[in-house]
Amino acid sequence: MSEVAAEPQVRKPRASLGSPEGDDVFGVFDPKVARRFFAYLGPHRKSFITAQVAVLFSAASQLSLPLLIGQIVNAALRHQAERFHGLLTGFALAGVVFTCMFFLEQWLSQRLANRVIFDVRRHMFAHFQDVSLSFMDKTHVGRLMSRLQGDVGSLQEFLENTTGAVGDFVMLIGIAIVLLAMDLQLGALTLLVLPALIGIRAVWLPYSKTAFRRARDASSNANSALAENINGVRTVQETRREQLNYDLYAEKAHDNFEAQIGAAWMSQIMVPTVDVLTGVAMAIVIVLGGNAVLSGRIDVGVMVAFVLYVQRFFDPVRMLSMQYTIMQRAMAAAHRIFEVLDVPVTIADKPGAPALAVEAPTVEFKNVTFGYDPARPILHDVSFNVRPREVVALVGPTGSGKTSIIALTHRFYEVDQGQVLVGGHDVRDVTLDSLGRTIGMVLQEPFLFTGTIEENIRYNTAGATRDDVVAAARAVSAHDFIMRLPEGYDTPLGQRGRNISVGQRQLVSFARALVADPQILILDEATANIDSFTEQAIQKALKVLFEGRTCMVIAHRLGTIRDADRIIVLNQGRILEQGGHDELMATGGLYRHLYTSAHASFDDQVVAATGDAEFASRS
Amino acid sequence: MSDSPPAGRGAAPSAVPSADGPAAPLLDVSVMPQVLARIAGLAMAYPWRVALTILTSLLAAVASLMLPRLIGRSIDQAHHLLALGSANADAARAALMWTAGLVIAATVARGFLTMWAGYLGEYLSQKVALDLRRAYFQQLQRLSFGFHDKIHSGDLITRGMIDLEGARAFIQGAMVPALSLILLIGFAAWMMISTDPVMAAIGLAFTPIAGVALARMGFLLRVTWLRVQQLMSILTLTMEENLQGIRVVRAFAGRTFELAKFDTASQEVLEHQYRRITLRFRGVAWMQVSYYASLGALLWYGGSKVLDGRMTVGGLTSFVIYMSLLQAPIRQVAMIFNSMARATSSGGRLFEVLDLTPEIADRAGAKALQAPKGVLRFEHVGFRYDAGGKQVLSDISFEVRPGRTLGIVGPPGSGKSTIANLIPRFYDAGEGRITIDGTDIRDVTLASLREYVGLVQQEAFLFDASIGHNVAYADPWAEDERIVGAAKTAQIHDHIASLPADYETRVGERGVALSGGQRQRMSIARGVVPGPGIMIFDDSTAAIDAVTERKVRENLGRATATKATVIIAHRLSSLMHADEIIVLDDGKIVERGDHASLVAGGGTYAELFELQSRAAAGELEAAE
Repeated sequence: MSEVAAEPQVRKPRASLGSPEGDDVFGVFDPKVARRFFAYLGPHRKSFITAQVAVLFSAASQLSLPLLIGQIVNAALRHQAERFHGLLTGFALAGVVFTCMFFLEQWLSQRLANRVIFDVRRHMFAHFQDVSLSFMDKTHVGRLMSRLQGDVGSLQEFLENTTGAVGDFVMLIGIAIVLLAMDLQLGALTLLVLPALIGIRAVWLPYSKTAFRRARDASSNANSALAENINGVRTVQETRREQLNYDLYAEKAHDNFEAQIGAAWMSQIMVPTVDVLTGVAMAIVIVLGGNAVLSGRIDVGVMVAFVLYVQRFFDPVRMLSMQYTIMQRAMAAAHRIFEVLDVPVTIADKPGAPALAVEAPTVEFKNVTFGYDPARPILHDVSFNVRPREVVALVGPTGSGKTSIIALTHRFYEVDQGQVLVGGHDVRDVTLDSLGRTIGMVLQEPFLFTGTIEENIRYNTAGATRDDVVAAARAVSAHDFIMRLPEGYDTPLGQRGRNISVGQRQLVSFARALVADPQILILDEATANIDSFTEQAIQKALKVLFEGRTCMVIAHRLGTIRDADRIIVLNQGRILEQGGHDELMATGGLYRHLYTSAHASFDDQVVAATGDAEFASRS
Repeated sequence: MSDSPPAGRGAAPSAVPSADGPAAPLLDVSVMPQVLARIAGLAMAYPWRVALTILTSLLAAVASLMLPRLIGRSIDQAHHLLALGSANADAARAALMWTAGLVIAATVARGFLTMWAGYLGEYLSQKVALDLRRAYFQQLQRLSFGFHDKIHSGDLITRGMIDLEGARAFIQGAMVPALSLILLIGFAAWMMISTDPVMAAIGLAFTPIAGVALARMGFLLRVTWLRVQQLMSILTLTMEENLQGIRVVRAFAGRTFELAKFDTASQEVLEHQYRRITLRFRGVAWMQVSYYASLGALLWYGGSKVLDGRMTVGGLTSFVIYMSLLQAPIRQVAMIFNSMARATSSGGRLFEVLDLTPEIADRAGAKALQAPKGVLRFEHVGFRYDAGGKQVLSDISFEVRPGRTLGIVGPPGSGKSTIANLIPRFYDAGEGRITIDGTDIRDVTLASLREYVGLVQQEAFLFDASIGHNVAYADPWAEDERIVGAAKTAQIHDHIASLPADYETRVGERGVALSGGQRQRMSIARGVVPGPGIMIFDDSTAAIDAVTERKVRENLGRATATKATVIIAHRLSSLMHADEIIVLDDGKIVERGDHASLVAGGGTYAELFELQSRAAAGELEAAE
């Protein structure tokens, strides 16, 4: 911040950089969560059990090795050649068993972990396809992604290590038993250092957790500042904020440095602790074991075995304490995952619901009352019906309920009262899939997927050929601009179609709706700024889209509104007036009022009439 | 947006992952020595710390290798005690105590030295990371728009986070452990050979086999990991787009279709994960087989010697302990090679950016811009984004005098935004020149030029900070009155005042959602705060409704009455009052004049005007 301090101004700049946001990392053990989680292992029971059996064998064989070495030494010392060779064979065998079992156990459990994680992720992803849009609207995509990525990752880490933890636990108990069995007194004394280590680690753990959390926060602070500066680099250069932003960043980078070495110190401090305790245990073996050998109470081989065990003594303790941290992380993650999975699916097919069969494509609202929050209804007792192949324009200020009407027609939400009928059938009585194939929808903000233009136009209409795609594009006047792109229909759309203009994206989304060829079309006209050249193409395209279809359009442009067969004027969730253009003009209501000032866009009049300066986009 | 250079034009510095598999090899081994030497060189900026790290590692290895001998000796002492009977029992007991003391001393020394070596290694690596972070941050701010157009911002963020960490981890995870490992094996070999060369050969036999197997595994794991990451990013994209476009998915009943997409991507990831797992445990299995074979052979050979009385039991034990001391460090070979491979690709990607020379920078001896009047002139300006690429602008000439306004109009892609971006030198004109009060803008410092030229872009980028911070972005020291004044000029003050924490309200993800028009007005306010000498509005009122726009324009007219102003717009009502209007098509000026003369001229402009006012005319008719 030296540069900043050197500025003549005494006051602090109004400036900040980056804003990290993270979930809590550590959770507490919750048996309910654990049980649900382990239910995912069910289908893979066989390999899970095999891995657990293998870990027992691998621990047992590993445990036997120092014992065997001790006995080999004994046999050699006592010149028992036959026993010596027998034991050597045993050693070789134990080595082979250990290697094989270790491989099997790790290979199986890691594959299992990946497989289970695959299932969990798919379960969640599928759930996101089913939960109500109100949940999806409320939750930021970034948060959902961190469920699908970060939290699932924590679970994977945990699962990959579970079998290892079982092995470490068995090893720890095994070593204790073997030591006590070889010599009760020496074993007990040597094992005394174990509680000491566990005690020290228990004291250390909370401190280290604080240090690690600080390091993690500091790092995400610095990274979020970097990310923000990269995303806004053009603005940074436009406003010459380079020096100030560098100073702000350098401070965060330095904080991160301090936090990182703080965490490094915390983890390194355990190294001498373990080493010193190992030394103490060895000293105990040397002095007391040596004396025991002298007094003839134990063999030299036993002392050798003791020394070898003591060396590996602390590995399982250290591993288990790491496991504990991993488990806590996994618990926090699992908790969040189940929270998502527990969001109820409110809109689903009724059992045995038939596919929608439409003879006459009509839409009818019967006394519909609806609110995203039932206590505050958006629509009040709305009734209307749309005849086959009629084009109806929905008009009204922001918050009047236009968007809710089209969302309810597609059953994105459930009505609170009344009924929505499509082709004479209540939308709740037919399958969602068939409803989706009957009703086509063009959203206000065209959303395109990564992939080629052709793939985007064909989206989910598997039967459409290249010719169908081209025909649709021609019909909506998109063909010309598509052919001007470097690879025509095979041009990949980068980052949600950023390489084509908003208006062009709109045309592609029209073509997409046309290829799907729905009997009923719902269109939320874009308010976005589209240049007049593309605007002409769009107006032409709309006529093609409306041709021979039942249409409901949230209209913003006068041209679109005037072309409609009927106009429904909404205000505050109620139908104010409806009828043809001339009819409404004659009545002299809100429509006429909105209509009678000269602007290219209908919204301008709405603004003028209602004083509502902004049309917040809903996407 | 439509005028900005199309994404994908020109070669981006690195390949974008695609489902069809990698075009370029995932890891270029040929640059490995070069890149790794460069990272190591960065650490050498701290010679004392490096020396101290080496010294502590060395001493830790020595202390560690004291243990086998000491333990072997204690076993012999105990054994001799037994063999010799109780005659020398006290002396032997004292010797045992003495050895035990030495063992504790050795472990204490080893513990603290290992700790220091580890800490110093981490410290060193974090120091280097800090240097890299600063350099990278500054470099990105220096690199011009031409660079940022070609590279995805996510890619730059990845380089600054993941790749930088990869380079750092090389110092801590490869350099320092490799050093300790070499010292440890070297010392152990020396001590073992000096005791018994044959036993040493048997005991060390596993190290080359395990070393090679683990090195290979570490390397291959990295390559597979890179592939997994590529596949994972496809899966991430699939999931993210599904969630972002959930309304489209539902509208088209695309559930099954989307799940199939997910399954394909996910299955690919899973299969490659399986491959990694097999690869990893194959390497580990080789390590274990060779280790236990060596240990078994050592026990057999050494045991036979003990059997024949040619070796003491303590001697054999010390060899066994040497081996067990080497086992854990040898395992690190995999990590070291993994880290080397990682640092090669990561370091390469990082240095690629750090080594670029900014295309646009101050000329040597450039002075601050002196512009008493503020006359902006384009003289036969031509421009293309890439040498040999499409000619985006040709022969553009105009002059805007203080107090005057120039309007620019034209279809998407006609070069309007390019003109705007040339004035603050976000790109440099290829032909002709741009002057302010007669001075070529390439002869003055960038800082003074950009301070003088205020550009309000079409797509307003707002930072995830408070509204006040965003408005004051160009002048964080501005007084409150100026901030509020600018917000009033941009017709956004009333809205801000209505927010829960007015100017302290956060924008963006966690704060209020601003509509497109509100964002544009924020960005206009931001542009007005520093009071620039020349104002450029690049289609920056398009999302604002016409009524509000008129008010904004009136306010701006007052605020910039004495300044040269350039307005680029689609909506003719935004610029019809300009003193001169130029109509661009395909980078050329096709018409110019004031509104009246252009309409009278009957060209493109007149056609556009007719198009945009047709509705209005119709209305008037209807209203009468």
